[in-house]
Amino acid sequence: MNAAPPEPVAVTLPARGPGDRLSGLFWRHPKLLLGLLLAPPLLWLGVVYLGSLAALLLQSFYYIDEFSGVVVPEFTLKTYAELFRAQNLDIILRTVLMAAAVTLGCAVIGFPVAYFAARYAKGAWKAAFYLGVLLPLWSSYLVKVYAWKLILAKEGIITWAAEGTGTSAILNAVLSLPGIGGNSLSTSYIGTWVVFVYVWLPYMILPMQAALERVPVSLLEASADLGATRAQTFRTVILPLALPGVIAGSIFTFSLTLGDYIIPQIVGTSARFIGLAVYQFQGTAGNIPLAAAFAVVPIVIMLVYLTIAKRQGAFDVL
Amino acid sequence: MTAAVEFRNVSRHFGPVRAVDGVDLSIAEGSFFAMLGPSGSGKTTCLRLISGFESPTGGEIRIFGENSGSVPPNRRNVNTVFQDYALFPHMNVRDNVAYGLMVKGVDRVRRHARAEELLALVKLDGYGERKPGQLSGGQRQRVALARALVNEPRVLLLDEPLGALDLKLREAMQDELKALQQRLRITFVFVTHDQGEALSMADQVAVFSEGRVAQVGTPAEVYGRPRTRFVADFVGSSNVLPPEMTQRLGGPARWSSLRPEAMRLIPPEGAALSGQVTALRYLGAGTRVVVRTGGAEIGVLVPAGTAVPEPGASVGLGFDRAALHLMDEA
Repeated sequence: MNAAPPEPVAVTLPARGPGDRLSGLFWRHPKLLLGLLLAPPLLWLGVVYLGSLAALLLQSFYYIDEFSGVVVPEFTLKTYAELFRAQNLDIILRTVLMAAAVTLGCAVIGFPVAYFAARYAKGAWKAAFYLGVLLPLWSSYLVKVYAWKLILAKEGIITWAAEGTGTSAILNAVLSLPGIGGNSLSTSYIGTWVVFVYVWLPYMILPMQAALERVPVSLLEASADLGATRAQTFRTVILPLALPGVIAGSIFTFSLTLGDYIIPQIVGTSARFIGLAVYQFQGTAGNIPLAAAFAVVPIVIMLVYLTIAKRQGAFDVL
Repeated sequence: MTAAVEFRNVSRHFGPVRAVDGVDLSIAEGSFFAMLGPSGSGKTTCLRLISGFESPTGGEIRIFGENSGSVPPNRRNVNTVFQDYALFPHMNVRDNVAYGLMVKGVDRVRRHARAEELLALVKLDGYGERKPGQLSGGQRQRVALARALVNEPRVLLLDEPLGALDLKLREAMQDELKALQQRLRITFVFVTHDQGEALSMADQVAVFSEGRVAQVGTPAEVYGRPRTRFVADFVGSSNVLPPEMTQRLGGPARWSSLRPEAMRLIPPEGAALSGQVTALRYLGAGTRVVVRTGGAEIGVLVPAGTAVPEPGASVGLGFDRAALHLMDEA
């Protein structure tokens, strides 16, 4: 039997429609696609975000007329000088100390969790980890903070548990610590710190876990093989390699604490933090320039913090 | 003389998986010992049992006569060159090499001086300031080697040390490793799936199969007198012949092996054994001719410069009776 000669297969397949033609266009001009994808977010970032930030910055160089309460649009550093008045410096110092304490707390509590998740958790355990870390983020921030107010209150579960287990003395000793203690946990700096650590913890754990996951097990084995104890391996191998993750997490916890104005209002002493100051100056007081100057403070602190971190080589491994 | 490393009926089971199953081995001090086998044959687990990253579920491992059962890896005077080199990416080459001394508390000046000596030993003088990321694969391998030698280990373990290198570099490193071992007189134990590497470097080879040791011997013994079909097949490209074929070649009714290079092609007329050429593979230094005869396929190595038959041609097979190796086991 004589088979018909096979149809020659086309070298170039025909375009199937506008989709094919469009992807052909993108193939010939790869930068076009990149430009189209990047334009909306860059516009958003550039105009909306950076634009408003610039407007804010501009406001901070104006001042408010003390008699009329009207903002005078003239360049001055007077508003910044106001930041250095004792009561305002107090606010800044209090906020920075709290942010540092919260960051440290998150790092210390979060590290073992992140380490476990990165090194040992597999399958269902990994899912449980993500669920456990992210679950608190699902519920409203306000609900969580009020829940903590109830937990920490004088009539709350902690006081009750301390009485039940006969550890009231410890609780009272903690509450009588000078400076950070108070009448009850919910009206002390300790309470504010606990709630801050709780709400920002996921933002610390996730970047640390991502960084730890990239450390190959063989590096830890090599360290032990060469004679290092576990503590030495932690200090000389794990920590330096996880540092970018810790720094990334601390950027979250630090800046979120610097800017928050709700938690210190609900839990803690009624002393003001930067966020609250910004909120009050731009709202009730109508002092937009001072609010703007206060808003610049966290930005400057973060820039200083990142510069120091970079100098210390925190990003060398990236 | 006590053996450098001794396995006494060692097993390492992971649940139902018997990664290592009843292994007895004795590695002589100062020898260059190869653990050869396909992936999953238990050779790497055996190496990790020596370094302490795995613990035996049965039997015991003695390192220079001492039972290593309860000794953690950081207290074993055994060092490892890891397959992925495992260099610390955040330290420069000098600090990597000096790491073993640093954790022991040796001061900076002394450990850096020692690191430089070792870098010179592996021909990387002047590379101390670089980061591992700036080195080529071959250079990283040398750094890993220097780092593993800094503590002057009694036994050096190498896990597929040349696996990630390209062919030319691999051959050069084989010679260098061998020379280094002979100079340092340290016991080297290395794991490989490359039989050429094992044969060319080792004094002793243990061939692993499914968690057990199939044969231990010098490279010549393992290559020339394989004990089992598996060894004959895995080491080299031997013809493994079933009992009936062995009988046709004039031997007893037992499994045997016949090296392709021990055979030659002769005219089919009057030959005791003849068949059809079914395939050719050009190897450069020769051509492997596959001949189908009596239901079996036999490979013959025809050296370069000799006439190679066309596929389909009838050929006779000639061989040395002495080359026919009878195996102990199927």
